[in-house]
Amino acid sequence: MGAESSPKIVIVDESPIRAAILEEGLREAGYTSVAHISEMQSLLSRIYALDPDVILIDLENPSRDVLEQMFQVSRAVRRPIAMFVDQSDSASIQASVDAGVSAYIVDGLKKERLKPILDLCISRFNAFSKLQDELDRAKSALEDRKVIDRAKGILMKLKGLTEDEAYVLLRSTAMREKKKIGEIAQSILTASELLK
Amino acid sequence: MTTPVHIGFIPLVDAAALIVAVDKGFAAAEGLDVTLVREVSWSNVRDKLNIGMFDAAHLLAPVAIASSLGIGHVKMPIAAPFNLGLNGNAITVSPALHAAILAEIDGDPFDPMATALALSRVVATRRKNNAEPLTFGMTFPFSTHNYQLRFWMAAGGVDPDEDVRLVVLPPPYMVDSIAGGQIDAFCVGAPWNSIAVDRGVGHILHFVSDILLRAAEKVLAIRQSWAEKNPLVVAAMVRAASRAAEFIEQPHNRSEVARILAQPERIGVDAEVIQRTLDGRLKILPDGTMRESSRYLLVGREDAARPDRAQAAWLYAQMVRWGQASFSPEALETAKGVFRADLYDAALGLTAKPANGSDAVGAFAGPAFNPDDIAGHLAAFRIGRQKS
Repeated sequence: MGAESSPKIVIVDESPIRAAILEEGLREAGYTSVAHISEMQSLLSRIYALDPDVILIDLENPSRDVLEQMFQVSRAVRRPIAMFVDQSDSASIQASVDAGVSAYIVDGLKKERLKPILDLCISRFNAFSKLQDELDRAKSALEDRKVIDRAKGILMKLKGLTEDEAYVLLRSTAMREKKKIGEIAQSILTASELLK
Repeated sequence: MTTPVHIGFIPLVDAAALIVAVDKGFAAAEGLDVTLVREVSWSNVRDKLNIGMFDAAHLLAPVAIASSLGIGHVKMPIAAPFNLGLNGNAITVSPALHAAILAEIDGDPFDPMATALALSRVVATRRKNNAEPLTFGMTFPFSTHNYQLRFWMAAGGVDPDEDVRLVVLPPPYMVDSIAGGQIDAFCVGAPWNSIAVDRGVGHILHFVSDILLRAAEKVLAIRQSWAEKNPLVVAAMVRAASRAAEFIEQPHNRSEVARILAQPERIGVDAEVIQRTLDGRLKILPDGTMRESSRYLLVGREDAARPDRAQAAWLYAQMVRWGQASFSPEALETAKGVFRADLYDAALGLTAKPANGSDAVGAFAGPAFNPDDIAGHLAAFRIGRQKS
């Protein structure tokens, strides 16, 4: 049986970057049969065509409800599927929900074989959200710098300050008001818009 | 001192009592510091409620029952002390399917028996022509939408498992899917039916209140163990939701309610579309044809918020009819026990009422529903998937 060598894994994820990170991790860990579905239309028939042993889906994906249909006894179902996250392993459930991933296992694959796959998913999903956070922070830092530069310009012009003096003024105001420099700079921009 | 409470919800109009309870300050007045968490799937709501990330949730009534019975998923006893809404769904069909049904109909197009019989003729013609079976979208295997569609079409002789395809689709995808021709019809809650009509890709064939006069749709779901440990918090939640439901049902508050629900972090669609649902006055055809029903969505009025064990029994009977559950008297008792009128009455200082003697469901087909005679209910219908 193919599943004994390397279970067939399907990743259902609309984020191509996260799917790629996960796929890479799985391949490095020796899982050679990994497919990715990014298109949610006719999701079930795509899954049936791939006939996987394990399905991984991100929790931000509304199509998770579509997968629930596979548990129903129906003519369309070729193989019964059970959800892995049963009550026997609550730490693992918590970790996977926190990370934002859910796993489904097709009947026939031993549960213990899923554990390393799920652990890998959790760490890769967490790595991805860390990356995303860093990216967001970098973006907002960049935004802040632009706003601060413009606010400095306004202060320099209105109060005849040097660039350094303008920055010191922003910073001391921010400290006094217990706000971020970016917020003070933004209010200067807003005020100057209003007073135009 | 305030109690922090996390409540998950799906952006649908029948989450109104929860959203208004929070955004109008009724929850805060009860000493609750509620964080509403918007979710994208019923599976997420169910799982996060199960593992304790949510203390309570806006949940499909049949999911609360299925969880308590341990069918379809892990077993987690749920207490539902408050009905967030009765009815509120509609069946929308593509313009092509609507035309086909109207061409076959013998009778009033708002009469579900007439449309169901017409549908069976459409299905027979398609089979004769070797056309693909019709595909109907619904929101979840354990959903009122699923049971309402099945009850309706089976009454006309259409076997929902043999003659058509029933597929789960997330509500936000329904409109695109009917527009793209992947599905021919769907049963979903507000605002999605109206959006399909506005886009000209769907015609509202039925309000589900045509099929059943009273169907428990969404409940405030709480883990039973948590409810037992936190009775005061549960009572406070019920009171806050009850005040919100009363507020929503005052016609002069409707536009304010629609504005609250329309906010991007709540439901995030046009206030005008939401108000149609609250008013029960819906545009059913793209040409502007309107239809009005006082029973479209009941939030609190006509005692809608009070959990009714007979409603739970009806939902369980549908699970048995369609092969999702096998019948046992114990399971029936468990299902009924999910709907906690006792907690509702206690929270609001009401005295317990005797069970309503009349038909609590009011289905358009079959005999009056007797919650103590599930076998009799099932025997009345020819089509079904009962496990032996």
